[in-house]
Amino acid sequence: MSYDFSRLHRFHGGLVLEEHKRESSETPIETLPLPDLLTLPLQQHIGEPATPMVRVGETVAKGQRLARPEGYVSVPIHAPTSGKIVAIGDFPVPHPSGLKAPCIVLEPDGEDRWCEPENPIEDYTALDPSALRNRIRDAGIVGLGGAGFPSFIKMNPATGRPIDLLVVNGAECEPWITCDDRLMRERAEAVVGGIHILLHALSAAQCAIAIEDNKPEAIAAMRRAVASVGDDRMQVVEIPTLYPSGGEKQLIYVLTGREVPSQGLPADIGIVCHNPGTIAAIHDAVVHHRPLISRIVTVTGDGVKRPANVEALIGTPMVDLIEHCGGYTPGADRLIMGGPMMGYALPEDDLPVIKTTNCLLVATRRTLPLPPPPRPCIRCGECERVCPARLLPQQLYWYAHARDFDRIQDYHLFDCIECGCCAHVCPSHIPLVQYYRYAKTEIWEIERERRKAEQARQRHEARLARLEREKREREERLKKKRKAVRTDGDRRKAEIAAALERARRKKAGGEAQGAATTPKAQGDD
Amino acid sequence: MLPAILVLATLAGLLGLLLGYAAERFRVEEDPIVDQINALLPQTQCGQCGYPGCRPYAEAIASGEADINRCVPGGESVIHALADLLGRDPKPLAEDVGEAKEGKYVAVIDETQCIGCTLCIQACPVDAIVGAAKHLHTVIAEECTGCELCVAPCPVDCIHMEPVKPDLNTWKWPSPADRWIDITPPAAAESAG
Repeated sequence: MSYDFSRLHRFHGGLVLEEHKRESSETPIETLPLPDLLTLPLQQHIGEPATPMVRVGETVAKGQRLARPEGYVSVPIHAPTSGKIVAIGDFPVPHPSGLKAPCIVLEPDGEDRWCEPENPIEDYTALDPSALRNRIRDAGIVGLGGAGFPSFIKMNPATGRPIDLLVVNGAECEPWITCDDRLMRERAEAVVGGIHILLHALSAAQCAIAIEDNKPEAIAAMRRAVASVGDDRMQVVEIPTLYPSGGEKQLIYVLTGREVPSQGLPADIGIVCHNPGTIAAIHDAVVHHRPLISRIVTVTGDGVKRPANVEALIGTPMVDLIEHCGGYTPGADRLIMGGPMMGYALPEDDLPVIKTTNCLLVATRRTLPLPPPPRPCIRCGECERVCPARLLPQQLYWYAHARDFDRIQDYHLFDCIECGCCAHVCPSHIPLVQYYRYAKTEIWEIERERRKAEQARQRHEARLARLEREKREREERLKKKRKAVRTDGDRRKAEIAAALERARRKKAGGEAQGAATTPKAQGDD
Repeated sequence: MLPAILVLATLAGLLGLLLGYAAERFRVEEDPIVDQINALLPQTQCGQCGYPGCRPYAEAIASGEADINRCVPGGESVIHALADLLGRDPKPLAEDVGEAKEGKYVAVIDETQCIGCTLCIQACPVDAIVGAAKHLHTVIAEECTGCELCVAPCPVDCIHMEPVKPDLNTWKWPSPADRWIDITPPAAAESAG
């Protein structure tokens, strides 16, 4: 199937938001000096946490693998620079829960010494797709757009359906964030190089690089890079600026007019979607043997003095980034990881940058006022009009509030992308997305409990069966023994009887034949 | 007259055979309602209801011997689910079965005190304790249902129940209806001030 992008489509709802892109988009990406300590959470991705492979006190080189993936949906963690492992334990991580999680703490030695690359690739086109996938997994690459889904899984479509189209999601639709914009302007070649690798790995025929029309410089840079390689499989598509056009399903609809099935994946309709940052990381991993050890972070908001995009090593404390950008302004109120629509507030700034930290937004109450206390829902339907997933947000809210977790799924809770449009327009200021997140985690918990109960039931039944079997076996053993005793007894009785009989006969014979029987009796014994 | 009787008799005979076959072929071994009730119970196998496990309690409910409000770990949600299933009115937890505990617990063996007596292993309803006579025992935390049946038999009192802490994958968002979340980061506010 081949696509033509001359006519674009418009998804349902969406919002035109104040962009606030200029604050950080006009200066080149800056590199941060080496921090004093790097804290590397073992889980920076969706899936299972990685397992540490190093010990405290060990010296490691830059790019060395520190933790190996555990299970299928998992990726390794690498050392962002050379140095010494000083701790492995629970430390605060950027997560809405504010919980501590297992981390490896690395003290840089300042040498920034690279390790020997593990089996470097000379020519990736000679590799088969599965080897490329493993390579990308070994480099620890996850979706850098914010979700952190291990990228290699998207290259391994389980449906068995061929992939027709690769979509590069350069929409970057959320206000304030500009890291992909800067990346596409400054490192367009790496993105194009990564697209080549992905097209090869997916055996896809076509690639659309979708960029919102509020980023003309990025569009121009990508067009130049595509023209310079002269590959007619790639096409830069300018899409209208409308939040959330960077949502995977929304972007696919804008480009193709096709809908990803409910709770399905783009691969189900032959499409794979990646963020440009991820694609550049794939290029670095395959061509330069460089695992994912740094990322571009937008540090912005009117709560920070000099907004900018900085390239930070994974594990760098966020406070270092903020100090690099001039520190907080008076009135800085909240530190948000991600954008103002989908991000979450962090309780402190001494948390590490992780693979999914695309933006640190320091807001004042002027730009991001605290929401007023919620009032009752008046069922105005405003939320339904803006919902890009065409759900009924007020119904979802109703059932989440009533904790009716069966009915809420009938209203397709799990198709909600948590874009925040509904909450943004709600005249009653109801924190709608919070309700949906609450309902989702509750449902996952119920599901976990159900699985655990099922396992306990099976184990309990297995135990009862085992006890029953042991009892039976014991009884059988006993029975055998008793029988053995009995038969043994019979034999002895017979022996005794035989001996008595002999004695009797001997006596009788002795009387009859005298001394002649004695040798015979001895022979009998 | 005769043909009609013959036809009806043959028909009756055939259908009778068919029904007899179907009864054999699709025989239900057990009362299916027991399975349905059992599926709603939390499978803790704690015995707090007075029955030796979840299935015996399910059988007791199905036979009308026990009420639906005796499952302590299941609490209100299980009572409601059972009431829905059986078309009865939900009622509060029975008073003689004990208090419901907040949150989840897992048994932990103090390894410095365990004497390896195997009594806890015999008590565990889901075989979640490993060990051998005169060897240290330990609890497989993922399999432990938190039933506390191992605590009482321990002669040296080295088993205690610890609350299960959420990790990043099991943490739940709080309901905004329950509490108004304070989203002011103290650190950011301080260093800004």
